[in-house]
Amino acid sequence: MTKKFVLGIYDDEDVLLQAIENVRAAGTNIYEVFSPYPIHGIDDVLGIKRSRLPIVAFFCGLFGTSFALWMQIWMLGFDWPMIIGGKPHIALPAFIPVTFELTVLCAAFGMVITFFIVTKLKPSFKVNVFDKRSTDDKFVMAIEVKEGVTDMPALNDLLRSNGAIEVNEKEVIK
Amino acid sequence: MQHVSPIREPLVTGGKTYHDITEDVCRQVEAKPNIRWAAALAVALVGLAIFIYSTYRTLWYGIGEWGLNKTVGWAWDITNFVWWVGIGHAGTLISAILLLFRQKWRTSINRAAEAMTIFAVICAAMFPVLHMGRPWLAYWVLPLPNTFGSLWVNFNSPLLWDVFAISTYFSVSLVFWYIGLIPDFATIRDRATGPIARRAYSFLSFGWTGSAKAWSRYETVSLILAGLATPLVLSVHTIVSMDFATSVIPGWHTTIFPPYFVAGAIFSGFAMVLTLMIITRKVFKLEDYITLEHVESMNKVIILTGSIVGVAYITEFFIAWYSGVEYEQYAFINRATGPYWWAYWAMMTCNVITPQLFWFRSIRRSLTATFIITIFVNIGMWFERFVIIVTSLHRDFLPSSWAMFSPTIIDIGIYVGTIGLFFTLFLLFAKFFPVINMAEVKAILKSSSEVKHHPHGTMHGTDKDSHTNTHP
Repeated sequence: MTKKFVLGIYDDEDVLLQAIENVRAAGTNIYEVFSPYPIHGIDDVLGIKRSRLPIVAFFCGLFGTSFALWMQIWMLGFDWPMIIGGKPHIALPAFIPVTFELTVLCAAFGMVITFFIVTKLKPSFKVNVFDKRSTDDKFVMAIEVKEGVTDMPALNDLLRSNGAIEVNEKEVIK
Repeated sequence: MQHVSPIREPLVTGGKTYHDITEDVCRQVEAKPNIRWAAALAVALVGLAIFIYSTYRTLWYGIGEWGLNKTVGWAWDITNFVWWVGIGHAGTLISAILLLFRQKWRTSINRAAEAMTIFAVICAAMFPVLHMGRPWLAYWVLPLPNTFGSLWVNFNSPLLWDVFAISTYFSVSLVFWYIGLIPDFATIRDRATGPIARRAYSFLSFGWTGSAKAWSRYETVSLILAGLATPLVLSVHTIVSMDFATSVIPGWHTTIFPPYFVAGAIFSGFAMVLTLMIITRKVFKLEDYITLEHVESMNKVIILTGSIVGVAYITEFFIAWYSGVEYEQYAFINRATGPYWWAYWAMMTCNVITPQLFWFRSIRRSLTATFIITIFVNIGMWFERFVIIVTSLHRDFLPSSWAMFSPTIIDIGIYVGTIGLFFTLFLLFAKFFPVINMAEVKAILKSSSEVKHHPHGTMHGTDKDSHTNTHP
């Protein structure tokens, strides 16, 4: 199935931010915006909700802490108790470094793996990029065309009057 | 929008546009390898060959190939290990701590510094693994039930903490570095002309498109990773220092070690970053991105951490006297006046005196002076570890077991070899990976470049010049 998109190309972040606001105010649904670098304030104008990845990191970290403590206490305290340096079997202060490291390890990897999954990032040889200049110096606003519903000339005018330097059409096979 | 005080020096000079940044950074990735790069790689490969030969000798004949003896059981191996780990502290410090402190000058140096961190940690890891004597049993350090029953590893031992600290540090730094690389690989992918390059960078870029949603998550992930990496980077050298501090050897058994080692690590790491960046900016013509302002900022960190290290040396001496412990006092007198006096004074000169020259602004901003001083710091920090390890060990409690240490050719070979390994990896990185984080530099371009920007109105039409950042 092919989908058709109208691409508004911009070359300044501030013009783009203003354009997003105006286009949305005009009742047009923006499919996605592509930029060569993260733009501050774009989340608000596009209505992107705050990412919940920090929560994932927290719970993965909590898992790391509990796992590390359980592992050390079980191994040295219960499974094979040993007296080391005259200290108690469960010498909690000595268990802190490993606990800390495993907390960081689990939090970081848990969050990053989740990030790759939800953002659909994975190694692949084929990539669908709307406009290749969007990883160099252009900002691309993609708007999905619905056959018979979208008024193409009006959309073209709307994008151009809001600072688009080019307006292109692109078909993408999904 | 961000506001930057007009008295701040620009971080990107030369009136660059977004496209110029892409061009300047991708140039050496896309160009054919030049002769100077190939020559440098050839030298590094000779070093790598020395490493492979010395490792072969060590594995085939055992660690008797090294100069260690019954009294001095740790010498060059652990010295080199701590030296490399210390060097490996700057990258994550720059990308994590400076990100949390919102220091924008980190953006053009973080990529190369993180790469350096990863390669330095690889070099560091070689030493404890080889020192095991039987590296094929290295998995015994993991908490696995061993062959003789369910006897577990000793979680009270700092050497085991080290296993967890270094491996966590390595893997988290690698992930942090790679996440930053993904958008830049996408840039190279979209410019690539050859089929091999396009496929390779396509694979490496994980299908990145730069959508607003992805950038939003990317920024969240970077921030949280920075938050996690900040205590992590401090924990690593703290734990390395505990390898010494938790023992009862005079000269090692001190509570000052963790902060003293961390400061020393940052000190040596920044010195190594500067040594490499001064060459890289020159060879790859990146003077507009790595400016004198960047060099000066790093030199300020060097003078701070160098002074902390200096204070630590003096504090150690004072506490040795103040403790009233005869053995502790002797260990320190022996460091400064014993048979290894030259190592001690080399350390003092290189680490305490030379960095103080950075109080002069003209020296802080001189590339030649900075380059020479950073070499001194690298040497001084190697001697620091040598002094701590060898001079504390070589005069044991019984004079009958006093001994001296002299390295064998294999000791020297492994050390020189890891330098070869490091530069092989760094040169491959510099050729095939973007050495500057393009996306992050583009993000600061509008607020931190030389060009003055007029505030934009809302309606620009298609008049191109009025809204690019190239025109004053």
